[in-house]
Amino acid sequence: MESSRTAAHPTATAALVAPGRTRRFRGTHRGTGRPARRGRLLRGLTPWLFLATGVGLLLLFTYWPAVNLVYYSFTDWDGIDLTKNFVGLQNYIDVFTDPTIFRVFYVSLYYFAASFAQMAIALYFATILSFSTRFSSLFRGILFFPYLINGVAIGFVFLYLFQPGGTLDTVLSWVGVSDPPQWLGDPDLVNWSLAGTSVWRYTGMNFVLFLGAIQSLPHELYEAAELDGASRWQQFWAIIFPGIRRVVGLSFILAIAGSLSVFEIPFIMTGGANGSTTFVIQTIQTAFTFRGVGLASAMAVVLLLIVLVVTWIQRKIFPDEKVDLT
Amino acid sequence: MARRKAVFGLVGIAAVTGLALTACAGGSTATSSDNTIDAKSSGDIKVVTWRTDLVQDGTYKKWIAEFNKKYPDVKVTVEGITDYANEMLTRMSTKNFGDVIGIPTIQPSQFSQFLEPLGKTADFQDTYRFLSGASFDGTQYGIAWGGNANGIVYNKKVWQAAGITTPPTTEDEWLADLKKIKDNTDAIPLYTNYKDGWPLSQSFGNLGAVSANPDAQTDMAHDKAPWTEGTDVYAIDSLLYDSVAAGLTEPDPLTTNWEQSKVDLGTGKIGAMTLGSWAISQMQTAAADNGASADDIGYMAFPANVDGKQHAIIGGDYNLAVSKFSKSKAAAWAFINFLVNDSGYTDDQGMISTLKDADLPRNLQDFETAGVELMELNPAPAGQESLLSDIANDSKVDINGQIYRQKLVDIARGAADGDKASYFAELNKAWGASVEKLAK
Repeated sequence: MESSRTAAHPTATAALVAPGRTRRFRGTHRGTGRPARRGRLLRGLTPWLFLATGVGLLLLFTYWPAVNLVYYSFTDWDGIDLTKNFVGLQNYIDVFTDPTIFRVFYVSLYYFAASFAQMAIALYFATILSFSTRFSSLFRGILFFPYLINGVAIGFVFLYLFQPGGTLDTVLSWVGVSDPPQWLGDPDLVNWSLAGTSVWRYTGMNFVLFLGAIQSLPHELYEAAELDGASRWQQFWAIIFPGIRRVVGLSFILAIAGSLSVFEIPFIMTGGANGSTTFVIQTIQTAFTFRGVGLASAMAVVLLLIVLVVTWIQRKIFPDEKVDLT
Repeated sequence: MARRKAVFGLVGIAAVTGLALTACAGGSTATSSDNTIDAKSSGDIKVVTWRTDLVQDGTYKKWIAEFNKKYPDVKVTVEGITDYANEMLTRMSTKNFGDVIGIPTIQPSQFSQFLEPLGKTADFQDTYRFLSGASFDGTQYGIAWGGNANGIVYNKKVWQAAGITTPPTTEDEWLADLKKIKDNTDAIPLYTNYKDGWPLSQSFGNLGAVSANPDAQTDMAHDKAPWTEGTDVYAIDSLLYDSVAAGLTEPDPLTTNWEQSKVDLGTGKIGAMTLGSWAISQMQTAAADNGASADDIGYMAFPANVDGKQHAIIGGDYNLAVSKFSKSKAAAWAFINFLVNDSGYTDDQGMISTLKDADLPRNLQDFETAGVELMELNPAPAGQESLLSDIANDSKVDINGQIYRQKLVDIARGAADGDKASYFAELNKAWGASVEKLAK
């Protein structure tokens, strides 16, 4: 919070200074009229010029492809043909009438369930490490580190971990588990193994979000609580949790959106085989294996809408109240 | 409110500009009349290839030097792409995708949108093999750069150690032989490469070999229930299902590894893999590099026979073609001719030459000793060139891919519900519905 306020400061000064200079400039040419209009125009344009690069890139690389995606979703394009035939809503009808397309959302439930474990672990460590703990910087580094690794690399690392006779089985054999299951080969286990990998990867991000929020809470509150004889547990429920509720809410939305659009980890580790296909993997298969870019675009648009609706519902149920701890 | 309007205005302007730009890009290209494949060869050409290894080890450089002796005015640059099959499709949405390319999986009806016609297919028929893959409506759009046979690559030592002297010629013999390997050696009898997936699709290349039917693909495109006993695809998928169900494949298919599988086959930890003959040289290299002998690698036909005679399908590899948007079409065509006729590529790679009068490669000698007859599939009848792939796309049964075969393996190893009969019935239902819809 503090840092963002200081960052905003120079911009505010610049905004105050710039018009002043033009006003002075206009002053020397009083009576001509035209420079005054140019000055006003320039003044009006200045913020847009500052924004132009950022907005331009955003429009070119985010919104323009998105507009194209919506356009493709109304065509029967196969991804290569020079002509795209307009088919109206047919792709959307297919998405909603083909049960195999929606069945894969079932797989997302595993990741959604796992995201609760992920948030719990992250919250636990964020709370502990926000108090003065020995080696807390080191532990923060260790917990955040997995998030920095490339997702593809993580996929490969865990592939070796889960192999029969791989690292996990070796470690388990030390504690006497002689007949470990096939972590990826067993259809009842594969999604848990993959969701576990996902937890390992993303806990760091949740952790940093929580830690940042906890550290922005005023320190006097803890001191006051300690004077009143509150235990750590009571401090957590009375100060920390309500204080960071908005960040927890945000993590919750991210968890839902994330579990609906899981991709990297199952794609690298199983390629969607053995019942681990997620909606995004199925979209890719539709687009590039079965050459139905039109239908796949419709699937992508539907996924976007679902995420928006879920977010909207979440905002309705947990409205964005102002947090007031004092 | 006024500000918000301004934002929308800006978005609107950007969107309109974007539209205008794409509209420009979509305009017609200037085709000068002297830029044909028969013109004088000069200019710059870019060769885009999937053989990154040949780019790295200098083979292409050697070829270009040789090519330039005859065509000194042509400047050739080469670019290798690792994920060629996918990346090339993306590149082809632009006009700048190289001058000499290998045709990726596009529909035959789309050839004319991207590729320069090379002439009438009939004019090539006397000299070249494997023309059907790049022919549409009697016009040839590409020339295959070598070809392969389909069958099963195996480790001779493992099979001998298991006490097998002659390759199997029926599915029952095949299963019995794999059982022997399992019982008498430490090797995995058959390795599916389930995780990497694409090796599973290789067995489909045997379509036609089982019943010695050169029209098997066309027949399948009209068959409403092709997964019925007696058809080729039934035999091919049955072999996989029964081998997996009998526990004769790798214990955990989800953690297979293609690169490692080459070493394992070469050194006798794997008995056999269903792959095209292009794999032989790679297996031999893997064997020689890891302390075994290249001679251990053998190649057998699909275990099926018609009146005691075995057959193997041969087919073209990637087809080399000239981009329709090339600025030096003649030079590009000259380079293709050089690669196919004079580069010595097929000999080096142990592939079947595209030239009809060339000899069979050494590594297919096993076929000759076993009396296997080589056959080419007939091209699909006019107007039906893309029917088979259309049906596959529509029914979501990816006959050239791995998705449905992975499910087949899952069912066979008990990891998914159903059995062979129920899954084949399911496939027939999906396939049949699409045949009904698309085949006229």
